[in-house]
Amino acid sequence: MLSKNILLAIALAPLVGAAIAGLFGRQVGRAGAHWATILGVAVSCVLSVYVLKQLAFDGVPAFNQNIYTFFEIGGYSAHVGFLVDRLTATMMVVVTFVSLLVHIYTIGYMADDPGYQRFFSYISLFTFSMLMLVMSNNFLQLFFGWEAVGLVSYLLIGFWYKRPTAIFANLKAFLVNRVGDFGFLLGIAGVLYWLGTLDYATAFANADQLQGKTIELFPGVPWDAATFVCICLFIGAMGKSAQVPLHVWLPDSMEGPTPISALIHAATMVTAGIFMVSRMSPLFELSATALAFVLFIGATTALFMGFLGIIQNDIKRVVAYSTLSQLGYMTVALGVSAYSVAVFHLMTHAFFKALLFLGAGSVIIAMHHEQDMRRMGGLRKYMPITFATAWIGTLALVGTPFFSGFYSKDAIIEAVKEAAHHGGWVQQYAMWAVLLGVFVTAFYSFRLLYLAFHGKERFVVESHHDGDHHGDAHDDHDDAHGHHEPGHLAHPPHETPWVVTLPLVLLAIPSVVLGWFAIQPMLFGDWFAGAIVVDPARDVIARLGAEFHGPTAFALHGFQTPAFWLAFAGFAAATVLYLLRPDLPSRFAAALRPLVTMLEKKYWFDEAYQAVFARGSLLLGRGLWKGGDVAVIDDGLVNGSAAVVARLAGVLRWLQSGYLYHYAFAMILGLIALLGAFLWSR
Amino acid sequence: METWPLLSLLVWLPIVGGIAVLATGESRPQQARVIGLAVAIATFLLSLPLYTGFDASSAAMQFVERHAWIPAIGSWYHLGADGISVALIVLTTFCTVLVLLGAWQAIEDRVHQYVASFLVLEGLMVGVFCAMDALLFYVFFEAMLIPMFIIIGIWGGPRRVYATIKFFIYTFFGSIFMLVGLIYLYLKGGSWALSDLAALPLTATEQMWLFFAFLLAFAVKVPMWPVHTWLPDAHVEAPTGGSVILAAIMLKIGGYGFLRFNLPVTPDASHEFAWLVIALSLVAVIYVGFVALVQEDMKKLIAYSSISHMGFVTLGAFISLSLVREQGNMDAAQLGLQGAMVQMISHGFVSGAMFSCVGVLYERMHSRMIADYGGVANTMPWFAALFVLFAMANSGLPGTSGFVGEFMVILASFQANPWLAIGAGVTLVVGAAYTLWLVKRVLFGAVANDHVAQLKDIDAREAVVLGAFALAVLALGIWPAPLVELMDASIAQLAQQLLASKA
Repeated sequence: MLSKNILLAIALAPLVGAAIAGLFGRQVGRAGAHWATILGVAVSCVLSVYVLKQLAFDGVPAFNQNIYTFFEIGGYSAHVGFLVDRLTATMMVVVTFVSLLVHIYTIGYMADDPGYQRFFSYISLFTFSMLMLVMSNNFLQLFFGWEAVGLVSYLLIGFWYKRPTAIFANLKAFLVNRVGDFGFLLGIAGVLYWLGTLDYATAFANADQLQGKTIELFPGVPWDAATFVCICLFIGAMGKSAQVPLHVWLPDSMEGPTPISALIHAATMVTAGIFMVSRMSPLFELSATALAFVLFIGATTALFMGFLGIIQNDIKRVVAYSTLSQLGYMTVALGVSAYSVAVFHLMTHAFFKALLFLGAGSVIIAMHHEQDMRRMGGLRKYMPITFATAWIGTLALVGTPFFSGFYSKDAIIEAVKEAAHHGGWVQQYAMWAVLLGVFVTAFYSFRLLYLAFHGKERFVVESHHDGDHHGDAHDDHDDAHGHHEPGHLAHPPHETPWVVTLPLVLLAIPSVVLGWFAIQPMLFGDWFAGAIVVDPARDVIARLGAEFHGPTAFALHGFQTPAFWLAFAGFAAATVLYLLRPDLPSRFAAALRPLVTMLEKKYWFDEAYQAVFARGSLLLGRGLWKGGDVAVIDDGLVNGSAAVVARLAGVLRWLQSGYLYHYAFAMILGLIALLGAFLWSR
Repeated sequence: METWPLLSLLVWLPIVGGIAVLATGESRPQQARVIGLAVAIATFLLSLPLYTGFDASSAAMQFVERHAWIPAIGSWYHLGADGISVALIVLTTFCTVLVLLGAWQAIEDRVHQYVASFLVLEGLMVGVFCAMDALLFYVFFEAMLIPMFIIIGIWGGPRRVYATIKFFIYTFFGSIFMLVGLIYLYLKGGSWALSDLAALPLTATEQMWLFFAFLLAFAVKVPMWPVHTWLPDAHVEAPTGGSVILAAIMLKIGGYGFLRFNLPVTPDASHEFAWLVIALSLVAVIYVGFVALVQEDMKKLIAYSSISHMGFVTLGAFISLSLVREQGNMDAAQLGLQGAMVQMISHGFVSGAMFSCVGVLYERMHSRMIADYGGVANTMPWFAALFVLFAMANSGLPGTSGFVGEFMVILASFQANPWLAIGAGVTLVVGAAYTLWLVKRVLFGAVANDHVAQLKDIDAREAVVLGAFALAVLALGIWPAPLVELMDASIAQLAQQLLASKA
């Protein structure tokens, strides 16, 4: 039996750290803040590993217990409690491990920032919120964690609150997420209505009760209850995990400091939707329609968001679009009922994408907060560790056999292929999307590597500079390096300090080896037994398992798959265009102008939303206010009736005096009349 | 505690204290403040035994006092409290302390009268929440207007005369119909006791007339669209303390009235016309939410936000009828009613805090216009942190009190009709939009002008006021069970009353 106290400590230790750094930041100072938060997260991380070990190797049963009662009304009750099985424990380890490394990395990245303590407080608060989300045993706490991570994301995207772009981006992120949460809340309301409980275990045990139930939002159009609930819940996931068309906030979230782009907007928070759907597999398995919807959205995101990564010049935005695309891959896995593969890819992606983001951050530090790759190039000789780890991360991302990303991504592709054999057009579409996506992924990934680390240096180092600024200045320090032209540096870039490179190395290790170790137990073993439920008729993983002969054979087989050759083609194309013939891309771009414009405009999502929702809401609000409240109600009815009364009173001139008197008089008359009427009618 | 006339103490201590403060005269403002605060704190402490001594397992009225008042017309001085009353009374005494503390420096003119007005108002509001005799209720209900009329009329802004008259006329207009209704009920049943009114059989026609009489009175108070336009004007002109009390407590009297009069006295008519109240509630949530979005005055924005949030109270209260009568779904009905009550208490904290925040800014900048601000977080970081917390509560973020009531009402209304949940859920987006856009324009960004650059962060007194609100918002958001348990038996009984037809 897992200890409740240990689980409480895991969740609360980061909260304590956040409180110390946030409320007593001035008293404990910078070092105090980072030690308090790092210690808190380290405690969580070590204990999470211990819990995972108990569950995975010691045969300890899953923990499911309420901590306290949130409310009890009639037959309904809501609790705060923990459900910790291997699915949860896997997430806990991923979250706390990446979070710990990001905490350490932040010491270097935010070294000169005046909001140092505040930043540590936020990222620890995030860790607490994320743990509450994954450890929840009920829908209420899930929603709490869900919105709490959204809050911290809001605070962190807008961390540099003086920047207009940052505070635009954080508002946008919050509101777009709220659109998703709107659906999510309806889904929860449906669960309570049809299943009578907010508790996972009870809801899943009663999931069958959804069958045969319908909901008629439009008379004569009955919808299957399970489909309704699952699509509503998935809309929540679309917001949090940035699936088309609710993806628009994620690229803009790059306005936040890079450590949180790695932690929140790549490794953990954005995968909450993937985790949630996996957790809800007993419900999603009841609706093939909902799964097809999930699959369609995921496939669209995987392919079309990948395209956008090709034309970005901001190093963080390339990685951001890559994240969108990879989240699409995970969603595709969910859509073919391969939940375990989705979580598997979530896990490997957390490591290699955090690695890539932190590597990008390391480059940004070295370049004195230049993020435009057109002003980079040739960095490999200045920062060997960052360079090597960025290659490792990229090889993992593009799915090079034996790297961890290969195992998870190839499993997704195989699962979709298997589903497409028997499936309809959605499954076919998804198969082509994920295959083509492999080429796109490889292309933009190697493009990034070449533009940043290889080729000619496209920046100028000004030798006359006097001071010896360290590269680890923070982004907000606009005037510290503001004297320089874009592309001009005060002194040559150099490798970042150990607090930055150590996390890179520690993330590179699992990015290489984790897949080899994890694929067997996670996909084909009983790792997720009891946590993830799959209808045997749809169980593509079980079918794949019949052909699985160990991780090495799987990787060797990988060399013969179309996916591998598509990735290779992407690599080759990027090599030609960005390493060997750097003059070519601009010529291609000129030839394909309309296409490039479409990608540069990101399919016009932002423009459309801005015009319809943002401007439309303001117009509507102004119309209702000026037209409804002011013109009709106030000027028409209220002041109009006052004017009528005044005119009547004017006729009754002998009553004279101010308005109040007139009104009161009118009322007394009315009262007498009414009383009289009542008495008379008796 | 049974032997102490606790409720009478809570009604009369502040009123007598207020008169005492008035007697200190204009020349000693500090003395008036200290005495006023002492009385408010004493009243708050005295209200705590209401909670600790309350037997939550019983739906019966407790702490009952009953004395002959106007025997000629059968009216009694009859006080009592159930869980609903206790929650609202403690909210009242809590907020009054913070309001007096908050106005410590803002009010320099006729301090003794200001303090006295708030204390008298406090006593009258407590009276409203514990009056068990309809005529007594009506007296408190109307008398309450006077101190608020004075507060806005004397310490208000430039258009205070228009605002006070609008406020007074509107509410007076509504309550006149209620008085007629109450008189009719007395003539018919021979008693003013609320419990007798609830038990009195009434035909469908009678209920309809009475329902609309009560509806007018309480809809104005809540306020519900379209009789809401007095509220933004009143808030804009009222001094900070007036706005806090108005939003935090006086609006609740409308919701309380629905639960005490419309639902139990005219259950059949409530059922018949629930669609109307529900429709107006959704108009409040959606239409008024969009109106809030385009406000340029912070107080107006929060006022519209209040109307929008109070839409959840009326929605939660009136979905219970179809749930009980058409579906026999008592659980969901209780969830809706509890949601309405929790939303009222929460809105008391959140709106009180938001208006206090605006007061903090107004004291420094003498402007309520959003455009005059920008980048306040640079100069007032602690204030900004608290303001963001209250803004999140206003947006209904889980972990804050603002979430709990909305969550309950949305879950319950889905069971009545999914469209209601969809409509109410719009607040998730629109509520966050107007609140966080306000935060963005006021707090975030570079320092907008010299005035903002010279702002000083909150002092210890302001920290106590906002900190107390913050604790309340978080406590209720993290652990609402004590409040829910307090009201559970009373709510369950109310749901039972709705079940039985009176016609």
